[in-house]
Amino acid sequence: MAQSNKYQTGDQVKVRVDSPSHHYRTPTYIQGKTGVVVAICGRYRNPESLGHGGDGMPEQLLYRVSFAQNSVWDRYRGPSGDKILVDIYEHWLDPVGV
Amino acid sequence: MSEGHDGEHVHPESGEELSVYARRAQAIEALMVEKGVCSTSEVDQMMNMVESRSPSDGAKVVAHAWSDPEFKARLLADPRSALTEIGYSLPDTTPHLAVVENTEQVHHMVVCTLCSCYPRALLGRPPDWYKSFAYRSRAVVDPRGVMREFGLELADSVEVQVLDSTADLRYLVLPRRPAGTENLSEAELAKLVSRDCMIGVTDPHVPEGVAAS
Repeated sequence: MAQSNKYQTGDQVKVRVDSPSHHYRTPTYIQGKTGVVVAICGRYRNPESLGHGGDGMPEQLLYRVSFAQNSVWDRYRGPSGDKILVDIYEHWLDPVGV
Repeated sequence: MSEGHDGEHVHPESGEELSVYARRAQAIEALMVEKGVCSTSEVDQMMNMVESRSPSDGAKVVAHAWSDPEFKARLLADPRSALTEIGYSLPDTTPHLAVVENTEQVHHMVVCTLCSCYPRALLGRPPDWYKSFAYRSRAVVDPRGVMREFGLELADSVEVQVLDSTADLRYLVLPRRPAGTENLSEAELAKLVSRDCMIGVTDPHVPEGVAAS
């Protein structure tokens, strides 16, 4: 069953802070940071289940989220327009400002 | 799901002292086959495919995209079917490929901070430095510093977008076509496209005498 996307391109999202014992794909450096959804990359089987012999179901929606580099690193040396884009599954994202 | 496995997947290294990693990989493969997750022939097919691909395959794709704007548009929109057009069929079992285009305004650079995700189905195996802790940490913190070490100094007006391939997509950078290459053939263009510029750590280099002034 196709569920509706929780987020749309342009939405602000905040990455959850967590360190579950299973195989998660959300790097620590981006946890707790706020970014903007720039692409919806489709649904994929959940690595947190696949990595432990599970079937990866239900599939999770994957988003490409853009973060301003100077909001991720205190001492980022490049221009303020520079970005870091990270692919993050929906269940790792919380809405911002709603 | 019996694939008629014989339980003895013969590797070329057989008979030699195997490292702990090689033994671990063989044990995992044997278990995967036993559980019916994959067959030995599937493993061999995948290994052969990765070994048969190299950056020169990616370079041909880039040169074709430079020469044919309509192909480029299809490559950016739907890489898998565009690649099939020119004879590169990516197996369904390989992760999705995304192609990102460098422009005058935006420069992309790819890393996998969590492991070593890389568009192997098109470019073959990643270089060792791509898998190093140094690259994986510095690429996100100081991408411009890393590019400088590869000989690329970008103006501050260019936005650097680092892509961390954390999940199910693999990224191929479509570099900018260098100036002065209007008269080059597709085969000549492909020679300008290095592995490193498809990762985005540098730009295509035009040797002296190749570009028209």
